[in-house]
Amino acid sequence: MTTTTYDGHAEEKNYLNAKPGIWSWLTTLDHKRIGVMYLISILFAFFLGGMLALLVRTELLTPGKTIVDADTYNQLFTLHGAIMIFLFIIPGIPAAIGNFVLPLMLGAKDVAFPRLNLLSWYLWITGAVFAIVSMVVGAVDTGWTFYTPYSTQTSTQVINMTMGVFILGFSSIFTGLNFVVTIHKLRPAGMTWWRMPLMLWGLYATAIIQVLATPVLGITLLLLVAERALGVGIFDPSLGGDPLLYQHFFWFYSHPAVYIMILPAMGVISELISVHSRKTIFGYHAIALSSVAIAAFSFIVWGHHMFTAMSPMGNMIFSALTFSVSIPSAVKTFNWLATLYRGHIRLNAPMLYALAFIFLFGIGGLTGLFLGALATDIHLHDTYFIVAHFHYVMFGGTVIAFLGGIHHWWPKMFGRMYNENLARIACLLIFLGFNFTFFTQFILGTMGMPRRYYDYIDTFATLHQFSTMGSYIMAVGFFLTAGYLIHSLVAGERAVENPWGAATLEWRTASPPIEHNFHETPDANYPYDYSVNRYNPETGNYDYIGPSRVDDHGHAVGFHGAESTT
Amino acid sequence: MSDHSDHPSYLGHHYDTVEQQFDSGKLGMWLFLATEILLFAGLFCAYAIYRKNHPEVFIYAHQFLDKNLGGINTLVLITSSFTMAMAVRMAQLGKKQATAGLLALTLLGGVGFLGIKAVEYEHKWKHGLLWGTKYRDQDAEHGTPGEHGGEHGTEGETAPGEHSLRLSLPGVEIAHAAEDAGHGAAGNEATSGEAAANGTEHAADGTEHSASGDATMSEGAAAEGAQMDASADESGEPAPIVGGEAMPHSGLAKGASQPQGMAAPAEAGEGHGTGHKPSNVHIFFGIYFLMTGLHGLHVIAGMGAISWVLIRTLRGDFSAEYSTPVDLVGLYWHLVDLVWIYLFPLLYLIH
Ligand SMILES: [Cu+2]
Repeated sequence: MTTTTYDGHAEEKNYLNAKPGIWSWLTTLDHKRIGVMYLISILFAFFLGGMLALLVRTELLTPGKTIVDADTYNQLFTLHGAIMIFLFIIPGIPAAIGNFVLPLMLGAKDVAFPRLNLLSWYLWITGAVFAIVSMVVGAVDTGWTFYTPYSTQTSTQVINMTMGVFILGFSSIFTGLNFVVTIHKLRPAGMTWWRMPLMLWGLYATAIIQVLATPVLGITLLLLVAERALGVGIFDPSLGGDPLLYQHFFWFYSHPAVYIMILPAMGVISELISVHSRKTIFGYHAIALSSVAIAAFSFIVWGHHMFTAMSPMGNMIFSALTFSVSIPSAVKTFNWLATLYRGHIRLNAPMLYALAFIFLFGIGGLTGLFLGALATDIHLHDTYFIVAHFHYVMFGGTVIAFLGGIHHWWPKMFGRMYNENLARIACLLIFLGFNFTFFTQFILGTMGMPRRYYDYIDTFATLHQFSTMGSYIMAVGFFLTAGYLIHSLVAGERAVENPWGAATLEWRTASPPIEHNFHETPDANYPYDYSVNRYNPETGNYDYIGPSRVDDHGHAVGFHGAESTT
Repeated sequence: MSDHSDHPSYLGHHYDTVEQQFDSGKLGMWLFLATEILLFAGLFCAYAIYRKNHPEVFIYAHQFLDKNLGGINTLVLITSSFTMAMAVRMAQLGKKQATAGLLALTLLGGVGFLGIKAVEYEHKWKHGLLWGTKYRDQDAEHGTPGEHGGEHGTEGETAPGEHSLRLSLPGVEIAHAAEDAGHGAAGNEATSGEAAANGTEHAADGTEHSASGDATMSEGAAAEGAQMDASADESGEPAPIVGGEAMPHSGLAKGASQPQGMAAPAEAGEGHGTGHKPSNVHIFFGIYFLMTGLHGLHVIAGMGAISWVLIRTLRGDFSAEYSTPVDLVGLYWHLVDLVWIYLFPLLYLIH
């Protein structure tokens, strides 16, 4: 049995310094390095999208023109949306954090197709180049959804942008495909489906949607390009086409896509809640299966984006289906709360982000019910209520979970501890700033402020200013985060193998891990059995001592398949 | 397990066994094929929706497609699928020469398919049978009647057999009835506008009407000789003579305005829903070019993949123990064929 910690091998090479030079990074097949390259790339996109958001909010500080003209404003919010969605949130947790942790949590040496993995990063880069070139040449002003006929008539660089998104789609498909195959085929002996950490269940459900929904976006965008470049007329009523068809196609992908964004976040939260309250997760099976249920539901609710354009019968069906998504989501939420109950809660940054997630995602989810209900949706659609709801789910949900995950896995990724107190302050700033920014937008929406408008009546001025101030507070929080994380890379305290006392496998190798992940394939235990670790006050590490419990069948948990690992 | 020294060179370091690697590759390829099918599914959806909404466009416009060339291409692809399957088998048996030969044959099938497709595209291009804004009104075309006559003769041949391929979309059936009504009407020298209106109104009577339509067509079918000429001709330029021959068989006087004669330039006015010349014909060609174009790109990609495994075969990378890439490329090629097998009846054999 390998219970050794590798503290004694301080000089041992890790994945970061195993091979020197930038070229070794650009040609690497190591999932950890690819994860880090993704992390850097998407953070760049996040920075860009964030700056655009600040410009949008600044413009809205006063009615009429504040800093930019109306056309520029249209481009700003379009680019903010497109960059945040396609370049940051969709690849965020799966491709950056997921790439890093998935094989480690599984006990595998890599993902199933390392070359494909590297290819998806290059595709991301290519797609990003397209998107950014379009920004420089003539930024799109259609909104991130590229609705026809706006997108077929505007003079801006729609083809460039949509080709970028098309390429990003393939990047996403390849990541998903890789993860599905890895989870099916690369689980070592002993790592059964029901011993998989919930993060992996989340990534698995996400990957399935990535594989099954993204191609539809691909063909939709190809049709849009054909429409614009060749004048095919599929979406053009004057040529006998149907513009609403575009919306059906688009949302057939893009509703599932919001679950591509939220499911891995839920996986992260399941880990953070359990580890940092040092309590086994409540309702493991329910959380795992609810991820799969959400993935299944996600394909049959797209019509709720077109309530104002469908038959009453269609509306009722889509409304009912939309409501039913809330059931598996609520299952998760209640299980997280039950996990916290009487746990040893550690109020560090990962836990604070997890708590913020439950609170914000709760609001985001519940306001979704307002929009899923036909009567209220007619009043609220296309107002700031939508904007607020969307941000509560996407930012309050996914981005908050992403931040929590980054803090949680930071010591494993880079072998350094970040400054906990600064992290708490930053978390608080982001949390408060976020609520200032977007809760006011719920109010604006119910008052009738339409989304995407450049100008507004004076009545809304105070709330808009409040919202803009909130965005500045958030920005401060983010710059603080960037500051202490970068600082930790050079001056942070060295991380031990398992600083949090987590029981999943990625914490049973060095921080940062060696190039091949593990010296010997670790034996999988139930991932939330915290009795496998014992705190060592001298090193600050939670040493692995092996499972002490027996499972329902009288077997020692964690020793199945042990014979195959030697 | 941590000992990699017994790993053969073709086994990835992160796999324990060759079987695990093979199974992973296979699952990955199947998932990829699923994404490809979903990519085409978007176009099939568009096809279904527009066919339901504008059945007359599809009935009218598909006649400009060359069934013979389409049929030959179907055979070419099916044959290449067979040679591919054989190549996979030979690779599994470790027979390098046979594998390489069969892969080369498969590649040849791909070249043939694209060649024939290029001929078809050239026709369409020449006659402005294109999408959306590029579509040229066929009334202004000179070569069309000839081509069309030829097509029509073909139609006579294939029509009776087509019943098995008929889709059961309600809208399509209605259009079909309308078309058949048009047939009958042409025989009665009635004006097509009336006939088509009739056909649409009495859509429920479609079956009766189609009986008469078939009778008309079987006349065409009887003219085997003309068929031969027509098909031989269609691989090249459309010749007016052939059209002249074929048209009488189907009971069409030049300029008769029944639906199948719509290409006859003399008649044809801009009838909106008058039956002889639906508006927005370009929708069909838009969908035709999107579907066959995307499929063509997949053929090219497949040929690239086949070339790659062919080179690796010749290089001696594969053996009876390891030929996974040939297997996977084979799967992909079968998908490319499969898509065409759906495209062919949906686009060429509408009835
Ligand atoms: Cu939705």
